[in-house]
Amino acid sequence: MNQNDTIAALATAHGAAAIAVLRLSGKDAIPIAESILFSKSGKPKVLSGVASHSAHFAVVQDNGILLDEVVATIFRNPKSFTGEDVVEISCHGSVFIQQQLLQLLLRKGARLAEPGEFTFRAFMNRKMDLSQAEAVADLIASQSAASHQVALAQMRGGFSGKIKILREHLVNFASLIELELDFSEEDVEFANRDDLKNLLFTIQRLVLRLIDSFEVGNVIKNGIPVAIVGKPNAGKSTLLNAMLEEERAIVSEIPGTTRDVIEDEITIDGVLFRFIDTAGLRNTTDVIESIGVTRSYEKIRQSAIVIYLFDVHEITAGELKLAIEEVNTHIQGAQLLLVGNKIDKENLDEIQKEFAAYDVLFISAKEHLYLDDLKHKLVTLFDSRTVNVTETIVTNARHADALRHTAAAVERVINGINNGMPGDLLAQDIREALHYLGLITGEITTDDLLGNIFSKFCIGK
Amino acid sequence: MSSGLFKEYDVVVVGAGHAGCEAAAAAANMGSRVLLITMNMQTIAQMSCNPAMGGVAKGQIVREVDALGGYSGIVTDKTAVQFRMLNRSKGPAMWSPRAQSDRWRFAEEWRLMLEQTPNVDFWQDMVSGLIVEGDVVKGVVTGMGLEIRSKAVVLTNGTFLNGLIHIGDKRFGGGRTGEKAATGITEQLIDLGFESGRMKTGTPPRVDGRSLDYSKMEEQPGDDVPEKFSYSDITSPLTKQLPCYITYTNDQVHDILRTGFEKSPMFTGRIVGRGPRYCPSIEDKITRFEERTRHQIFVEPEGWDTVEIYVNGFSTSLPEDVQYNALRLIPGFENVKMFRPGYAIEYDYFPPIQLDATLQTKRIENLYFAGQINGTTGYEEAACQGLMAGINAHLKINGNSPLVLSRSEAYIGVLIDDLVTKGTDEPYRMFTSRAEYRILLRQDNADIRLTPKGYEIGLASKVRLDRVNEKIAASAKITKMFRETSVDPSDINPFLESIGSSPINQKVKFTSILSRPGVGIEHFVEHVPGVAEFLNNYRKEDVEQAEISMKYEGYIQRESELADKMIRLDGYPLDKDLDYSQLTSLSTEAREKLNSIKPSTVGQASRISGISPADISVLMIYLGK
Repeated sequence: MNQNDTIAALATAHGAAAIAVLRLSGKDAIPIAESILFSKSGKPKVLSGVASHSAHFAVVQDNGILLDEVVATIFRNPKSFTGEDVVEISCHGSVFIQQQLLQLLLRKGARLAEPGEFTFRAFMNRKMDLSQAEAVADLIASQSAASHQVALAQMRGGFSGKIKILREHLVNFASLIELELDFSEEDVEFANRDDLKNLLFTIQRLVLRLIDSFEVGNVIKNGIPVAIVGKPNAGKSTLLNAMLEEERAIVSEIPGTTRDVIEDEITIDGVLFRFIDTAGLRNTTDVIESIGVTRSYEKIRQSAIVIYLFDVHEITAGELKLAIEEVNTHIQGAQLLLVGNKIDKENLDEIQKEFAAYDVLFISAKEHLYLDDLKHKLVTLFDSRTVNVTETIVTNARHADALRHTAAAVERVINGINNGMPGDLLAQDIREALHYLGLITGEITTDDLLGNIFSKFCIGK
Repeated sequence: MSSGLFKEYDVVVVGAGHAGCEAAAAAANMGSRVLLITMNMQTIAQMSCNPAMGGVAKGQIVREVDALGGYSGIVTDKTAVQFRMLNRSKGPAMWSPRAQSDRWRFAEEWRLMLEQTPNVDFWQDMVSGLIVEGDVVKGVVTGMGLEIRSKAVVLTNGTFLNGLIHIGDKRFGGGRTGEKAATGITEQLIDLGFESGRMKTGTPPRVDGRSLDYSKMEEQPGDDVPEKFSYSDITSPLTKQLPCYITYTNDQVHDILRTGFEKSPMFTGRIVGRGPRYCPSIEDKITRFEERTRHQIFVEPEGWDTVEIYVNGFSTSLPEDVQYNALRLIPGFENVKMFRPGYAIEYDYFPPIQLDATLQTKRIENLYFAGQINGTTGYEEAACQGLMAGINAHLKINGNSPLVLSRSEAYIGVLIDDLVTKGTDEPYRMFTSRAEYRILLRQDNADIRLTPKGYEIGLASKVRLDRVNEKIAASAKITKMFRETSVDPSDINPFLESIGSSPINQKVKFTSILSRPGVGIEHFVEHVPGVAEFLNNYRKEDVEQAEISMKYEGYIQRESELADKMIRLDGYPLDKDLDYSQLTSLSTEAREKLNSIKPSTVGQASRISGISPADISVLMIYLGK
């Protein structure tokens, strides 16, 4: 482990919670924190002069976009957990915010901490006594093994195959370059720069697609967001409770009981769905409830699937049409699922006739009627939505980080070729790209290149 | 039998090839009393294979040997018949000096230089065993039965240990064609617990230059303005040169060669040793790359006066009549007369993971191995190991700390680290691609990298050190001038437009133009008033140094940063007696590998295949105790 750089990681448990803490440690911890923290009025936060062990309110901005309001606590070396400069950022606890903040820190120059690395640094800086040494070693060994298992599991399903192909392309490319460098005196083929550029563009496209898939991958890892919206008292909370089979949301007969957004997760046929119950959609004069309504629309925008739930007794086909139009104005790329609630079996035919113009799924949340049909429908929608993006999905932040570095290095190679840079300099960036891909697939050594050269080309006097 | 013939020496060097000669010279120049033992005083510093020094990566090594105070660069300069700087069209990391040598004069010059080196004695004999007391070497025993005592021994046996020569289905013992093999040492070392293996290498036929028709070949002349290897002012560049020639094999040649395959020791399995993949025999090439209809042949003169020619690219161990018949079908070789056939040779080597980073064996103290005995191939690879073994033997017996070069300091460091960390199962040759920090390890800066170290250990002279410091200072002055002086658009724009580079609107610093593709210092000399006059005060190498450091600054900078990270890990030493099986937090594989290789630093441990970053953390924690 390199001890000269600055590392970052989530210090609190994974998953949603009230708050979460991100920890930065290393010589650039404070400058990196400063680069993302701003005062409420938008001025950059200056932390370089502040006292150790002091807490500072700030907002996190990424390119002018507000991400969260946070509290940053500064610990100066050597008086910190690791013995280095440490900044702990307490943010709001949604998984989305945690990920956004962590990614931002990585983009600003921090490196994702290895398993046990904070503890390791603490030990190296003599912040722990000798008796703890063995425990730390075991911890690192076991966490590393565990994370390796996780990474391996994530590699199934196309990802490892994709990376392997990428790496082969790049090794071939690197070999060609090394061949013309080390065996220039001999009768060898030379790397055609146009072909190489095409190869690089192919690699770049694949890498960028994988990076893009990180977002989608994250969605899948953290659950497919499903928003349940509808008029007050359409039975949204009841449906959520029925789906979760536990009393999670507050249910009452008074319309507007659900004033905030409640989330929970349920696995259906192995797919993780994250249900978002929302305040009812209506114009309201109640200030608190109106905030809830605004948030409901936000949630619709962030969802992959939107369930529009309505009380079949309270709405006509014409009103449903207007409601669909209203909801559609807030949907961005999500799929809309119409669900009629509160049916009773006796007059189901009549109800179906009323809404025959629409593809409506009829249920009774309270009586747990036809909920399996709804679950099945959700899985079907997930499959159809993601079939075009799931061929390869990157979900591991470390992998995404390595891919970003790969992309940057490939970009430099392309620029180098355009500027007529000689092969030995191009090779430096190619090696860097190979190094980062190697972090995903396991190390590559220069022997790989030589082996590749010897097996493919006739060289040697 | 102890002999009154000899006093006790500080260092006995066994073998007088490139490794042995450098070892003897280095130890002696540092102050050790050295005995150089060779089986034949007439063959000191023989070029057993091709008559050339340097080449890609190898040329950098020769420059490094010279920068530290070794002799190879000087001997090469004095005896070259042709000089070329290879890869000029590529980046500065690839510029590689190569000289075609006069084989006889090369050997003669080496012998004369050794004779003139105080503290070097000679003895012609075969060393048949070592005197080992406890786990320490105390001298050697010779074939004549003499015991010669010394504080340290450097073994540089080359291909002579149980050497076995193959030509077709004939085979005979020998270390080179016409020379006896050496026996006894391998067996004793195995008894002492060493592991040994077999390797194979080959050499092409030598022919009569008077029988060749050069008009049917391409001429390959030396550089118009030749440079040289040695940084010192002792030598000067060549004023006249000999050309080499290039010709090609063809399908008919390949067909004839195939008729000999049933007698080929390679294909019949009589050769068990592993040969180098990058230096294949001609029969290997036509078998493995059947689709190739021709292979390049380099026709190289063996010296200024001799008519003997080295047929580079035609290494073979096929029967001599098959060699002859095939050669005759090569353009220009129709009337060829063969002097000596090509042959393959198998020899013993000792897997080099049995050595520490100073080339001392881990098993026997004060015993050093250098050259082909370590599984390497090439004069340059051998020479640099000999140099380092000689240096470290001297430092060790005088109780001084060793000289170990890092992978970011020298190709020598890359080579030795690879050998002792990864070992090798084929003859190891240096390539630039083996170096992680290629852009730092250039032929133009070997003196800056290494001469201060050579001086510090008492090998490189004060004159050399002063010269390096002058170069550094001069280069800094030129760089300063280029950073601080601005160029006028009217002076440079016509040139920029001529190379398709965008013109400038206002004055900019020289360096911002210099960093553009296709722009060199020579363009400033040509187009910007005053630059030529300013640079006239400096040597060519000073200007070149400044140009490289400015033009490739970004790349050099990035590589330096990467190197710094590695150097930190190399700064944590590991005890050679550490029992890794006790460190249960390590993976099983890591425990086994670390116990077998016993790395000397955490950095070295991190380069062993199969050692994970987590294992390295565990080691760091152990060190933290």
